Amino acid sequence: MDITFLLNGETRHLTDADPTASLLDWLRDSAGLRGTKEGCNEGDCGACTVLLTDAAGARAVNACLLMLGQIDGCALRTVEGLAAPDGSLHPVQQALIDHHGSQCGFCTPGIAVSLAAAHLTGCRDHDDILAGNLCRCTGYAPIIRAAKAAQAAPVPAHLLTETARDLGKPSSGGRGQTAPGTAFAAWPDSADALAAAFLARPDATLIAGATDVALWQTKALRDLGDVIFLNGCKDMQSISQAAGELRIGAGVTMSALRRALENHHPAFAALLRRFASEQVRNAATIGGNIANGSPIADTPPVLIALGARLTLRRGTARRDIALQDFYLGYRQQDRAPGEFIEAITTPASAPGLRVWKLSKRFDQDISAVCGAFNLTCDAGVITAARVAFGGMAATPKRATAFEAALIGQAFTEATFQVAIPALADDFQPISDMRASADYRLRAAQGMALRYLHEAQGLPVSVLEVAP
Amino acid sequence: MSIREPHPHDSARLHVTGAARYTDDIPTPAGTLHLAFGLSPVAHGRIEALDLSAVRAVPGVVAVLTAADLPHGNDVSPSVHDEPLLAQGHVHYAGQPVFLVVARSHIAARKAARRAQIDITPLPAILTLDQALAAGAWFEGGPVIWARGDAAAAIAAAPRVVEGRIEIGGQEHFYLEGQVALALPEDEGITVHASTQHPSEVQHKLAEALGLPLHSVRVEVRRMGGAFGGKESQGNAPAVAAAIAARATGRPCKMRYDRDDDMIITGKRHDFRIDYRAGVDEAGRILGLEFRHLVRCGWAQDLSAAIADRAMLHADNAYFIPAMRIESHRLRSNTQSATAFRGFGGPQGMLGVERVMDHIAHDLGIEPVTLRRANFYAAPVATGEASGGDISAKMNAPQETHYGQKVDDFILPEMVAELTKSAAYEARRAEIEAWNSRNPILKRGIALSPVKFGIAFTLTHLNQAGALVHVYTDGSIRLNHGGTEMGQGLQRKVAQIAAAAFGVGLDAVQVSATDTAKVPNTSATAASSGTDLNGAAVQAACATIRGRIAAHLAAHHGCAPAEVHFAGGRVFAGDAEMSFAEAVQAAYMARVSLSATGFYATPKITWDRTAGRGRPFFYYAYGAAITEVVIDTLTGENRILRADIVHDAGASLNPALDIGQIEGGYVQGAGWLTTEELVWDDQGRLLTHAPSTYKIPACSDRPRVFNVALWGAEAREETIHRSKAVGEPPLMLGISAHLALSAACAACGPHWPDLRAPATPEAVLAAVHRARGA
Repeated sequence: MDITFLLNGETRHLTDADPTASLLDWLRDSAGLRGTKEGCNEGDCGACTVLLTDAAGARAVNACLLMLGQIDGCALRTVEGLAAPDGSLHPVQQALIDHHGSQCGFCTPGIAVSLAAAHLTGCRDHDDILAGNLCRCTGYAPIIRAAKAAQAAPVPAHLLTETARDLGKPSSGGRGQTAPGTAFAAWPDSADALAAAFLARPDATLIAGATDVALWQTKALRDLGDVIFLNGCKDMQSISQAAGELRIGAGVTMSALRRALENHHPAFAALLRRFASEQVRNAATIGGNIANGSPIADTPPVLIALGARLTLRRGTARRDIALQDFYLGYRQQDRAPGEFIEAITTPASAPGLRVWKLSKRFDQDISAVCGAFNLTCDAGVITAARVAFGGMAATPKRATAFEAALIGQAFTEATFQVAIPALADDFQPISDMRASADYRLRAAQGMALRYLHEAQGLPVSVLEVAP
Repeated sequence: MSIREPHPHDSARLHVTGAARYTDDIPTPAGTLHLAFGLSPVAHGRIEALDLSAVRAVPGVVAVLTAADLPHGNDVSPSVHDEPLLAQGHVHYAGQPVFLVVARSHIAARKAARRAQIDITPLPAILTLDQALAAGAWFEGGPVIWARGDAAAAIAAAPRVVEGRIEIGGQEHFYLEGQVALALPEDEGITVHASTQHPSEVQHKLAEALGLPLHSVRVEVRRMGGAFGGKESQGNAPAVAAAIAARATGRPCKMRYDRDDDMIITGKRHDFRIDYRAGVDEAGRILGLEFRHLVRCGWAQDLSAAIADRAMLHADNAYFIPAMRIESHRLRSNTQSATAFRGFGGPQGMLGVERVMDHIAHDLGIEPVTLRRANFYAAPVATGEASGGDISAKMNAPQETHYGQKVDDFILPEMVAELTKSAAYEARRAEIEAWNSRNPILKRGIALSPVKFGIAFTLTHLNQAGALVHVYTDGSIRLNHGGTEMGQGLQRKVAQIAAAAFGVGLDAVQVSATDTAKVPNTSATAASSGTDLNGAAVQAACATIRGRIAAHLAAHHGCAPAEVHFAGGRVFAGDAEMSFAEAVQAAYMARVSLSATGFYATPKITWDRTAGRGRPFFYYAYGAAITEVVIDTLTGENRILRADIVHDAGASLNPALDIGQIEGGYVQGAGWLTTEELVWDDQGRLLTHAPSTYKIPACSDRPRVFNVALWGAEAREETIHRSKAVGEPPLMLGISAHLALSAACAACGPHWPDLRAPATPEAVLAAVHRARGA
């Protein structure tokens, strides 16, 4: 496959590249750019963070989770490309020096790139944008001091011009082809083209953000076989509103979804603040999160609580299915060969929606339990209840017994105290490295009480407490 | 002056531009091969057959080596030769290296390593402390017991007895740069670039494995991407593997562990169970105290004896305990070999006695800081009488620790007084109590913990260091010493020391990569000793050269050598003044040697490990922290809200670097006791072997408000420029986070919450329920 992209301001043409090759490996081994580090090779440490710019804008991503097949037509900056062509340091680099933001220095390139990306886009929520950059030495305090010191400095010209540059369209868009290291690779440029390509090769691996598929290669050491890259399907990357519903294209990234949901579903948006990290959210898609089908995925419980429906597509045929019916069993879905998720539909508003995730670490962790509560009250009586949990069963699942115990009852502590034991009828969770079965159940019950107490105006979030 | 100033890390510019070169970044010669270990899938068993044909068949595989292929030694242990590089006959933990794949690429080696057919007959595995104790699986033949006085009698006679137990989890180092080594065969021997805190030990293990004298093995370390003790002995295996493969193939070989392999193969901080029984008077003063430490050491002895010793040596922390007995069981288990980790047993020992303090305070209803003060060692100098006159005349007789070292520099009472004032401890404690009474769901907690940490290797002979300093004719200076850079800023500090010695700017000084061919027979950069030892050795070498230059100039300019001054890049001799470079040139023309070695051996230390008596430490480093937290009683979720710290780095050589160690140490210590949980399954397989499942603190986990101050008083002993070691002690400031969480749990009910460590949300919720008696 031929790939063209900008690397630190210079055009690079790769011919006969393996489209599933890791960008991190290519940077370090082929391009000789060894400032980008491998810390974990699974998207959790951020030492490989690079700056990617395309038509959707500039953002930080993990190079270990990107395949060469995804960067055609993009502009890429590694840590080596942050300083200006005349060698003067980027403001975040200088601030990291001035504020002693590096010790061993191994995480520093990734941190510098994450800070530079936020600096470019004007984001000043440093805890958020650095959640995916682990540092084991500094305790982060000097890094935050550096980030604050640099945030008001002007964006260096060489980065500004890059965002404005016309990067052209992907050179291989739409065509399927064989490629070294891969049996077959295709880059459909629309949902229609994807439908045709997938119907022709129903065993192909679909690659959207690659934030999980990349690990099939780097950790499970699997060969992916035929692959279809979805990043060219622009018509699957938008969100529209009609008739009180949101239609979310399956290719919408978590970052884009989070921005879009801030007004519609603030509780959902707040959950997405804790979905992996900035780098992962910038690549991962909502369709991927649903179709990957993990019982501890972050979005299915809240989508089920919202009553979300999927548009599944196979060839030219489409069908609608409630998300709660899509999951049949552990890693089993109601999805035929050659069928894919084209879009997700949810109500545009759900004022009674709350969703909370529990994990050992607050940021960038995987749920032990994720609970979503969507209650409707009328004159103090619960008239409707959709409650779903992740991490409590082999699939994301509704708490039907608990819901039944709420519906028709007054919205009071007494009602909740009566209803809460029903969660033990709904779920028999397992013990694993994230939590014990007993804790999962207790915490799920605790979340239900949190819903009540929050509605009563009590402080219930540790985040609300200021020192 | 270059010392005492907050100069940035010497590699800071290289770090932020990505130009700092780590071992995996070194350009490799064409034809370099890559390695991966094949690992044992079971915790304990006998290898019946090893079919590696499928491994060899993977494209790119050049060779596969087993224990039978090793030409000389098969050992990578830092202590008692019980740690084969490749399993021999038996496997002793799930993850133990069994064979070594040599391939043309890293990925090919990793893929091939999973293809082996290993036929193992499982044997009963010891996974838990209880199993190990039941099996009598001690290292060193049985428990180590140290005692002062008759603790049992003191407890029996005491008005009150408080007893309990704390389970303390281990900790993965999670250095961002994994284990890595690059071996380059040479004419007569081999050069290995390694990410190790202990180049000399790697050199020894390589020489054993290759059957070479030490002079034929050179180990070089430019920098590590973090270490924290995890590269004191754990770097031996990849370095030896790379060297063995390089000798076998005649080609350069590099071994870099994948992160999951790294976490599965390498040792971690020891987990402990500490049982305690304290006899106290009505004021909460401890009259007698018994500890039983159960230490899970893993399959090999590694450094466990010294680590468990250090836990015993810190079982008093800051408190005078008149009668004390400690029983330390160093137990073998079929898990990773627990190893050095920042604090080296000290943190566990210290947490034990801090837990005792909290438990006494809880049971007797005494304010915890008041209780701690009541148990502090006596300050040897009466407060307010330290200035002027003969200090020694006004000293109280210092109290002795349970191992007989005089605590003659005890400054914690003043530090704690200052900290409680600056952090408004009492007012905040009252405010939190009132807040908690109003809030049924969320509870806050606040706690103070002190640190007294002993500085020196407890293996006395390790307290030595060498240096080699060259001064060139342009006045520039090149330093070589045995210490290694892992992020702590050692090279910056030694450069500051050298610049101060010659009265020149830091730009004049360059520090070489650590190299066993330049400075031999070095100790690990460990025990917080890097600057104390190597800085003093560098200073000695600089003094030698400066003395020679001064002698020459004195003779030439008609003054005494002592009257020759080096300052501000200038040299003053009699009436003459010249640049440092001119002085150097003058010495050179007079055929004066401008290169010298320096050597340092820590004075005053003596230690009888068997008896548990002596002066193992040159001095103590002190600190204190106050942490405030909030917990959610419905789920156990929690956050650190604020931390206030005052820490003693003596007269700091570099306040910026020292504060960096303190901030980072605190967060790492708090992580150990909160989010960082190691989980093994019932087959002994580590389940938390990647950052997706093992959670070190992320950015938002640092305290919202984080006030760190240096105490600033000069070290009482003659340390390098009266500074104190700062690498490990601040980690233990993180104990205050655990105590604060326990206090928040205790606010939920009348019962002792018995919070375990780490205090995950699950552990906090369980403690909330216990406090309520539920």
